[in-house]
Amino acid sequence: MSLLSVEDLVVRHGLLQAVRGVSFGIERGETLALVGANGAGKTTLLRAIAGAHQAASGRVVFDGADLSGVPSHERVRKGIALVPEGRRLFVQMTVEENLLLGRAAGRPGDWSVERVLETFPNLKLRRHAKAGHLSGGEQQATAIGRALMSNPDLLLLDEVSLGLSPLVVDRVYASLQGLISSGTTIILVEQDLNRALSVSNKVICMLEGRVALAGDSKNVSRDEVTKAYFGLHRKGAGGVPA
Amino acid sequence: MMNQIVQGILLGGYYALIACGLSFMFSVMRIINLAHGSLAVLSAFALWLLASRFHISPFLGLAIVLPLMAVIGWALQRFLLERSARGGALLPILTTFGLAIVIDNVLFEQFGADTRSLAPFIGSLSYDSWEWPGSIYVGKLAVIIFVTAVVLLGGLQLFLTRTGLGRSIRATSEDPDTAGLVGVDARRANALAAAIAMVTVGLAGAFLGMRATFDPYAGATQLLFAFEAAVIGGAGSLWGTLVGGIVLALAQTLGAKVHPQGFLIGGHVAFLIVLFIRLYTSGLGLRGLLRFSTGKVS
Amino acid sequence: MSAASPVIERGTAASRIAGFGVAIIILLLALAPQFLSAGAVDRMTALFIYVILAAMWNALAGFGGLVSVGQQVFFGLGAYFAIRLANAGLNPFVSLFVSAVIVGAVSWPISLFMLRLRNGEFAIGMWVIAALTHLLVNLDRLIQGETGTSLISLNVYDASTRRLTIYWLALASMTALLAVLFGLLRGSTGAAIRAIRDNEDAAASIGVRVTGTKRLLFVLAAFGIGVAGALWLATAITFQPKTYFSVQWTAYMIFMVLVGGIGTFEGAILGALLFFLIETWFGGTGVWYLIGLGATALVFSLLLPRGLWGTLEERFGWRLLSVGYRVRLPVNASDTTGGTASPAQVTTSREKA
Repeated sequence: MSLLSVEDLVVRHGLLQAVRGVSFGIERGETLALVGANGAGKTTLLRAIAGAHQAASGRVVFDGADLSGVPSHERVRKGIALVPEGRRLFVQMTVEENLLLGRAAGRPGDWSVERVLETFPNLKLRRHAKAGHLSGGEQQATAIGRALMSNPDLLLLDEVSLGLSPLVVDRVYASLQGLISSGTTIILVEQDLNRALSVSNKVICMLEGRVALAGDSKNVSRDEVTKAYFGLHRKGAGGVPA
Repeated sequence: MMNQIVQGILLGGYYALIACGLSFMFSVMRIINLAHGSLAVLSAFALWLLASRFHISPFLGLAIVLPLMAVIGWALQRFLLERSARGGALLPILTTFGLAIVIDNVLFEQFGADTRSLAPFIGSLSYDSWEWPGSIYVGKLAVIIFVTAVVLLGGLQLFLTRTGLGRSIRATSEDPDTAGLVGVDARRANALAAAIAMVTVGLAGAFLGMRATFDPYAGATQLLFAFEAAVIGGAGSLWGTLVGGIVLALAQTLGAKVHPQGFLIGGHVAFLIVLFIRLYTSGLGLRGLLRFSTGKVS
Repeated sequence: MSAASPVIERGTAASRIAGFGVAIIILLLALAPQFLSAGAVDRMTALFIYVILAAMWNALAGFGGLVSVGQQVFFGLGAYFAIRLANAGLNPFVSLFVSAVIVGAVSWPISLFMLRLRNGEFAIGMWVIAALTHLLVNLDRLIQGETGTSLISLNVYDASTRRLTIYWLALASMTALLAVLFGLLRGSTGAAIRAIRDNEDAAASIGVRVTGTKRLLFVLAAFGIGVAGALWLATAITFQPKTYFSVQWTAYMIFMVLVGGIGTFEGAILGALLFFLIETWFGGTGVWYLIGLGATALVFSLLLPRGLWGTLEERFGWRLLSVGYRVRLPVNASDTTGGTASPAQVTTSREKA
């Protein structure tokens, strides 16, 4: 059984359909990269899985349970954690307080403030600094750490490299590698195609709210993904994978 | 003169007590509860009823009334404020105003127009005083109220910074959507905050009844006091409320010295002056005059 | 995409008929005292004053987004300045309107200050202004504190002349104020007002003069409520600060507008009519009447925040006095992507009134 399966999901922003009938599944331990141009619906899809948007139709099934109507904080309790786009830290609170908030859902597990600080050593000296005073890389590390503190079964990462310098992105991805090899299931939205393909074992390319291409990261050619990205073989592919 | 300043400062403790619930709720939920004063008066009437009908001392009565106020706060948030806040920022003002009218008039219907006081039920405490050096007499009750305010503000501060629930409330006040995404039940945090705020209101109502008189329509005045103290002290932290309360009380004392009718005028004028200064010096615009940082005082 | 383009309309056949209807109603009202008893004339005068109060509070809150619980300050000042002017020798009827002009003038500096406050802070800040003004008026020796005084100079007119004059003045004031408001909403300012009502920040970002427009509404509302206060004084003769500066006036305004339909021109009038009827039937029940008013306002704000008129308008597309434009989207003009948007949604023609 898939850890997460998304079935014919439709999400609207007002009258606009941001996600138009998306289906896919992800197994335990897999890493899925969601790629696609701006406005393809990736962030909306991720936020709908996390419960920040309600689905207009279709369902999200996690660990065998239908999540329809389950609010976001309950989903965290069930094991889904989102690192939102733009970090969204509580800027008036310290790094440590932000991390401790991740525990609000009360899921048991190995993650502690200490372990987050081990994983992201750049935070060690910033433990009692206000989150609003951190650098971009430190903020991103805090946001990921905050999500990890809930000991998630599924980690959703939205554009973690956005606004960071290449060097910092390398560091963030190095720590992600560690998480991936420790068996955490991850869905990540990433603009950088190369990076997305290198860390993931599955890839989905979205176009105008639909799945334009889905496959194993190793088997799909870069050319195919690029074409799907720009909608060049829209007709032939038919959009929806099995 | 010195005597009046001391009395003013002590009275400020009462204003801080009634103001802290108002600004606490505003900080967390961005709602100004116009029924705030009426709820304080409701608490005073509840204590009066317990004391006059069942001979329960107002201090003991708090053990019954404060939990009741917490329940009222929780229900208020769950059934009224949460719902009306979804309709925009203006609707909660109307909802709580309607509630204030209902409470005031129900109290009037039940208890009539007579002014009441809890003073007869607290024995000598209502008039006992200590003599301080310089022949300053300070009422024991006034000191108790002041100390309660300080302890309450300090306790609230500790709760917000040191406990998980407190952090959840602060996170919700900063960004309710993201709070949900990290696993905080924002609805519960808000309801809890409302419950806490109403406990402080209940306490303020008790002291209102002990140190002075009240009638069914006294809520409006208490609301204005709370609002004024909160705005005067507003920006800093919870402690700002205490400063605001003291400034308000001193201004009223000064007003009363200038003119026999000047007590209330002095307070209103001080409020407007502080408002004026803050509006024209901060340049912040005014998104959240009342909003205090719930974080650690740095 | 379909080639059919939306149709933009200004008013409907119904709204044109309504226009004539309004003219006829006003004419009938002007002639009505011929057929009414003295008591009924007084009640109708009260109704006109309620309509003014509701329309003015609605202008401020429904269109300007400024919910004030201190509007009684202008009601009280309208009466107070009239007393002062009449006491200085001005004809009492003239002083009613000069008083309102002064109230409007006083409201301008207040607006400079208060409009920088937002939402609840503005609401309760206005209440502080009202409380302070009440206390200051009490200090006036002429008023003698809460004892109050009377508009004695009105007594030179005999009772029936007085009653009729006040009736017509109230009718004329109501008509004029409603016409000004209607013109304002329909004119170029109206577009700005609707933009602010829908989204203040967005309106500011496209260059709408947010503060200027709000100030205009604030001063208009102050003037109108000042007229209402002065007229009320003329009917009641006696002036007790406590009565005129009572927050109850604002409670009435809020009740009328909430029940009628906040942000709709017709809603405020409907609300005033309903309030008038409720007061006529239940006003004698004293405190229960007030509890009922509060509870009704509470229930409406929770369950029917658009009020009666707003809800009817939304459901049936009604509009009588059209202040806005409406856009009719042709069916199937959108949604080529096969979404699930129902035809009902697509054909909805909503007027932003």
